[in-house]
Amino acid sequence: MNELPGDLLYTSDHEWLRREDDGTVTIGITDHAATALGDLVYVELPEIEQEVDSGGEMAVVESVKAASDVYAPISGNIVAINEDLNDDPEKINVEPYGEGWIVRMEPADDFDESELLSPDAYQQLLDELED
Amino acid sequence: MGLRTPLHEQHVDADARIVDFGGWDMPLHYGSQKEEHLAVRQNAGAFDVSHMTIVDLSGARVREFLQYLVANDVARLKKYGKALYTCMLNPAGGVIDDLIIYFVADTEYRLVVNAATREKDLAWITEQAAPFAVDVRERAELAMIAVQGPNARDMAAPCIDAKWRDAALALKPFNGLQAGELFVARTGYTGEDGWEIVLPAAAAPAIWNSLLAAGVVPCGLGARDTLRLEAAMNLYGSDMDESISPLEAGLGWTVAWEPAERNFIGRPQLEMLRQSPDRRRFVGLLLEDRGVLRNHQKVIVDGIGEGEITSGGFSPTIGRSIALARVPAGNYDRAQVEVRGKLLNVRIVKTPFVRNGKIRIDV
Repeated sequence: MNELPGDLLYTSDHEWLRREDDGTVTIGITDHAATALGDLVYVELPEIEQEVDSGGEMAVVESVKAASDVYAPISGNIVAINEDLNDDPEKINVEPYGEGWIVRMEPADDFDESELLSPDAYQQLLDELED
Repeated sequence: MGLRTPLHEQHVDADARIVDFGGWDMPLHYGSQKEEHLAVRQNAGAFDVSHMTIVDLSGARVREFLQYLVANDVARLKKYGKALYTCMLNPAGGVIDDLIIYFVADTEYRLVVNAATREKDLAWITEQAAPFAVDVRERAELAMIAVQGPNARDMAAPCIDAKWRDAALALKPFNGLQAGELFVARTGYTGEDGWEIVLPAAAAPAIWNSLLAAGVVPCGLGARDTLRLEAAMNLYGSDMDESISPLEAGLGWTVAWEPAERNFIGRPQLEMLRQSPDRRRFVGLLLEDRGVLRNHQKVIVDGIGEGEITSGGFSPTIGRSIALARVPAGNYDRAQVEVRGKLLNVRIVKTPFVRNGKIRIDV
């Protein structure tokens, strides 16, 4: 199992978040999620400026095998989408924490990092899944 | 824990992702389903299909029995080793299972039926066989390896004893032969050339290992499904079941109407459906918009009616989504599919989508 990037936050739904310097948050799915889904063949992205609520549907990732919803880990406004995924959805398999990012959000005012998982906490969750 | 094939250890050692399939622990993929798929289209792949059920039938009246049991006619099998694809129907004309029948000897035939339908198939065959005094013998001790792809036969040939190797390589499509303890047939479920090899369980690991050592790529059920979809080969339980006749599942070509006096199970119902103007079409779909077609999505034909996708997915060879669908009768070549509340455009295309490494539809 690859080591988790230490500068990210995680969710129990196997998403990651990175706080950017400008206050926005970049979001993707973890290596564990991408591996479980298998080769990705299509990503349905939200619209820019779309407002999403925490827990609401934000994107759909489809692998050769099945379609999976990606839920918004936080509330906020979509400010960027990774349009490269339209032509190359497998970027998520290859570089889930880099070029495989999915959206960037402007978080709502009540954004609370403490509800997200630290790398250690997420690693623990993965270890429990392995058992 | 499910049932395990004689190659289970090989799959685990190769880090396969194991899933339940009809009660069996089977490999879904060994890393990348897409790479496995393309290996079969371009080179050679090996599939463990030991979960499939092999049934040997024997008896003086076995041919007469099979002419009654299945919709295709085993009288078409003139030479030993020849194979026949057919459906086994219920009295309503619905498909109990699809299967391959090999002509072994005048009083002996071999059936390969689906794993997920094993119990009901055996019960049905045994019940129907009784009046014909045909012996029904399941061969659970046999394993089965499919080796498929343009280079599959050449790469697998060294696995066959030199005494039979040339004869095996000379087999024509849909023919098989017994080569020592291996039964080798030029059949498959991928749309590529290749062999399906039935062999004793104890011999399976060594053959599997030598195929892989020769460069044949191990492939899981995931690639098996996308390959057969591209080849427009039906999957039992998805494309047809006991409520669907072969005539509405694109399998009319497997029904032998002649001789007219041959009375196979389900024939009267099929004859009626054959005359019906409302008989549904079974078609191939190519998605023209972005997205992925999936099983059970609704197909909408403007002004005519609705149908359903029976097998949908992404075609690694074409790079687009394709599907098989059952749709209303009528003359049209476009439709829409409802995907998560949106209507996407599809074109009806002549199948197969892909065969022998080549895309066969206009994209």
